[in-house]
Amino acid sequence: MTVRTARMTARAERLRRDSLDAVPSISSERARITTEFYREHLGRHSTPVLRALNFLQICERKILWMGAEELIVGERGPQPKAVPTYPELTCHSVDDLRILDSRPKTSYKVDEAVIAEYERDIIPYWRGRSLRDQMFLELPQEWHDTYAAGCFTEFMEQRAPGHTVADGKLYRKGMLDFKADIAAVEAALDFEKDPEALDKREEVRAMSIACDAVIRFAERHAELAEAEAARVSDDSRKRELLKIRDVCRWVPAHAPRDFHEALQAYWFAHLAVITELNGWDAFSPGHLDQHLWPFYQKGLADGTLTRESATELLECFFLKFNNHTSPPKVGVTAAESGTYTDFANINLAGLLRDGSDGSNELTHVLLDIIDDMHLLQPSSNMQVSRKTPDVVLKHALKVIRNGYGFPSLFNADAVVEEQLRQGKTPEDAREGGCSGCVEVGAFGKEAYILTGYFNLMKMLELALHDGYDVGTGKYIGARTGDPSTFTTYDDLFAAFTAQVHHVLNIKVRGNQLIERLYATRMPHTFLSVITDDCIARGKDYNAGGARYNNTFIQAVGIGSITDSLSALKDVIFDKADLPLSRFVEILDADFNGNEQLRQRLVNKTPKYGNDDDRADALMTATFRMLFTAIDGRPNGKGGAYRLEMLPTTCHVYFGEVCLASADGRREGQPVSEGISPVQGADRHGPTAVLKSAAKMDHIKTGGTLLNMKFTPSLLAGDAGIDNLHSLVRSYFKLDGHHMQFNVVTAGKLSEAKAKPAEYRDLIVRVAGYSDYFCDLSEALQDEIIRRTEHTEF
Amino acid sequence: MPAGLVFNIQRFSLHDGPGLRSTVFMKGCPLSCAWCHNPESQSPRQEFIRMMQHCMRCERCSEEELASAVVTGRTKEDVELCPTGALQTVGEMREPEELVKTLLSDRIFFDESGGGVTFSGGEPLMQAAFVIECLRLLRQEGVHTALDTSGFAKWQDLRDAAAHTSLVLFDLKLMDEARHKAATGVSNQLILQNLQALTTIHDNIWIRVPVIPEMNDDAANLDATAAFLQSLPGIRHVDLLPYHPTGEAKFARVGMDYALHGTVPPSATRLETLASHFRARGLTTNIGGHA
Repeated sequence: MTVRTARMTARAERLRRDSLDAVPSISSERARITTEFYREHLGRHSTPVLRALNFLQICERKILWMGAEELIVGERGPQPKAVPTYPELTCHSVDDLRILDSRPKTSYKVDEAVIAEYERDIIPYWRGRSLRDQMFLELPQEWHDTYAAGCFTEFMEQRAPGHTVADGKLYRKGMLDFKADIAAVEAALDFEKDPEALDKREEVRAMSIACDAVIRFAERHAELAEAEAARVSDDSRKRELLKIRDVCRWVPAHAPRDFHEALQAYWFAHLAVITELNGWDAFSPGHLDQHLWPFYQKGLADGTLTRESATELLECFFLKFNNHTSPPKVGVTAAESGTYTDFANINLAGLLRDGSDGSNELTHVLLDIIDDMHLLQPSSNMQVSRKTPDVVLKHALKVIRNGYGFPSLFNADAVVEEQLRQGKTPEDAREGGCSGCVEVGAFGKEAYILTGYFNLMKMLELALHDGYDVGTGKYIGARTGDPSTFTTYDDLFAAFTAQVHHVLNIKVRGNQLIERLYATRMPHTFLSVITDDCIARGKDYNAGGARYNNTFIQAVGIGSITDSLSALKDVIFDKADLPLSRFVEILDADFNGNEQLRQRLVNKTPKYGNDDDRADALMTATFRMLFTAIDGRPNGKGGAYRLEMLPTTCHVYFGEVCLASADGRREGQPVSEGISPVQGADRHGPTAVLKSAAKMDHIKTGGTLLNMKFTPSLLAGDAGIDNLHSLVRSYFKLDGHHMQFNVVTAGKLSEAKAKPAEYRDLIVRVAGYSDYFCDLSEALQDEIIRRTEHTEF
Repeated sequence: MPAGLVFNIQRFSLHDGPGLRSTVFMKGCPLSCAWCHNPESQSPRQEFIRMMQHCMRCERCSEEELASAVVTGRTKEDVELCPTGALQTVGEMREPEELVKTLLSDRIFFDESGGGVTFSGGEPLMQAAFVIECLRLLRQEGVHTALDTSGFAKWQDLRDAAAHTSLVLFDLKLMDEARHKAATGVSNQLILQNLQALTTIHDNIWIRVPVIPEMNDDAANLDATAAFLQSLPGIRHVDLLPYHPTGEAKFARVGMDYALHGTVPPSATRLETLASHFRARGLTTNIGGHA
């Protein structure tokens, strides 16, 4: 069953090259259609219906794309990687567009015609009207001050609430079935007794229009395929185009009947979600191997499908994700996550709703495709349960060993337990999984909204400055007193705790406002169709219509904060080597003239990541404090706030806005990422890191992120896979949530040689044993770099 | 209870027995092999070293001291005060209970992988009472134990240690007594006798043969080694550990001369050829040690 049959198909190879060569660009098409529609229709309809009709307009009018040789069709923009804009949410300025066009990294090509159109039509209409402008106008000064200081970020200031994933219903129901459900709900509305009945009617009517919009979008593709078929002379392509026509005429109006229709049905739903609004993390297919399994089996049995033809269709499907570059942001969040990826993420293996193992032959087929194609998008992850067979996990590890960072690994049993704690049913929890980076949700039934990263190091900085932010020159925190009055470590921790609460309260107050704006002004009508129980409740996804509603805050820098607290405890309070006020002066001066002290802080105080309870106990105390501060606070949608521990790339931005810190980190340097130790602070190898990380109660989070680095040779052969397998299973036994492995290449080793302080945790296989790379002699380092070059792929 | 001088504990050790292991490196060795990977393990006393790549020249040590490869006249207090951690002690006294408690922190990894704890060195049996007590305590906790020994030890110590050891990794360097003495500083008679005796009381012994160019990699020695092993009951498993110059930098740090400077590690093809001596006699032979 694991024997691979073929490498990438020739078709996929060509389509892959096209996708890689396509240049990301900005398209003003969606902005134009939306602006024209709003000019004409604003005020004529209720907000939900207005939004749905705008979506219908886009589906009616947008330029379609059908690439040569494509089997799965549909693009959000007029061509691959042409990214539409969403001016009703956030309207780019001319400067934004010019920066996007010219910035050296992750740039987007912007034509002069687009800029001219923005200047002439788009910007004048939306300035002051866009949701972001409204939001910034209504958010209080305390929010603006703490936001400007880098205390937190806010996902929804630029993009709509998203972070969600499809469940299996897309493969069992067509849009006409959803419309029937909607009609039944509308028919049952009680306009006499239910004061919300009229609102509900508008909501469900909007959902019904959204279904029509997607059906129309598919029909236009059928028409285009038919026209193309008439035009092409090649008979086999003609047959393919006629098949595409038939597929698009059937799905998504009806439930899919075969493998091809199933993929196309999902893809239309995907496009609908990301065209109507620009939700975070795009959209994801969830347990793709499980959802496609019945169609795969049926196709093999009736002879309409082979493993090869299924592979080819899946490859075409994967390339569709890669064509969909993320909508660009501006301002602070550009530093936060400058990437083309939109974080669509495919779940493999895991559990079925009944709790049995969910892996199947398609899990292996998909792993082979991931291994062959190594695309930026879609991301992929394996949900590893106790019940997942070793052979399935080991296949994933072999793909990981090839060094592209995919798939990441999740503990499916912990993911279920985390959701049970939040009150979900076991079935819904099992059909859930992870999306984005590491976020947990009940697929198809939950709005699990990320609201922003939270800067732990800034909170300690505020505690050391009586609430004053040196960077912005303002008192933004709680007035916790002059640090020279802190006589014990507990005093310091209490001040830190007070700052956390103070800033969290500001953030949550702001977030309530933002969620309310989305609920009332920016419903997501199509996403509501496919998310239980929005139809039944007559309520939008953005307004609490989903069965489960969680709002997550992502704490960043647990490694740095632990080491900083540990250093302060050790040097200032336990050993009393210098007064805290003097220490704060030294930090404010970025250790200038105090390199010996800095070295001592870096090298001689207990550090998180070494299975050392002196440091790890401070980590767990901080975690418990954060959990208590966040978990269970009611959000605006009838759900609750939850804690997550993930950074994406925000640890870089948060480091930039922080002064030097007690762990020896210099001003502006990145803070630690995820729940990983500070770069180089872990000196006792991967098992110690995992032990430290597992002391956190992962079950109480909505996700944690742990990165580990290895060289390919350490993972060589069956033994290398066995060792990695043991590490993963052990960490998951300890309730660890997630881990991903960076297989470090020769280039990285050269960098490690040049900058040893940043790579002190890098382990390499030397001869018959392994060692820390940075502790090896230069000659040996060179030798290993050379050797690594030879064993690279 | 006997205390032991330990110079390193390597967690996530992959090559000293099955599974994920922690290897305890004991300080002190009666041998002085030219190819030693861990020359700092040879002296049975605590020593001080300075890792110059981490030194910031903070002026606690004089330029004169820094110019010398060997550290003299420094104390544990100096090590504590060294800001970068460049100045280090090699060797800490540990109590068995306390050491075993530390080792058990990786128990979940041992259990999951079929791994455990390996005592290596140095020569662990130079501190036999301590090592035996640690092995006993670990076995009591259900942990797989391995002993990596040169075999140069009192028979009673080897016998008692073996009783608490799941796997013995036994080094065989040279069969000719005179050459053995020249290369390692000691005769091999005790080693060969011990191995012979050990095969009568222990059924899980892996032989480890370092392959050192122009020291012991000649056909005569390897053939004699293989023949000797073939004559022993129950020996099936041989690891060939190819020479690697990893110890060279460490020799200077502890003020010792490195006699093998410039020696080139054996090629993969050469190792395959050498392995054939053992395989021809029915011995399962791995190159590069067990992973």
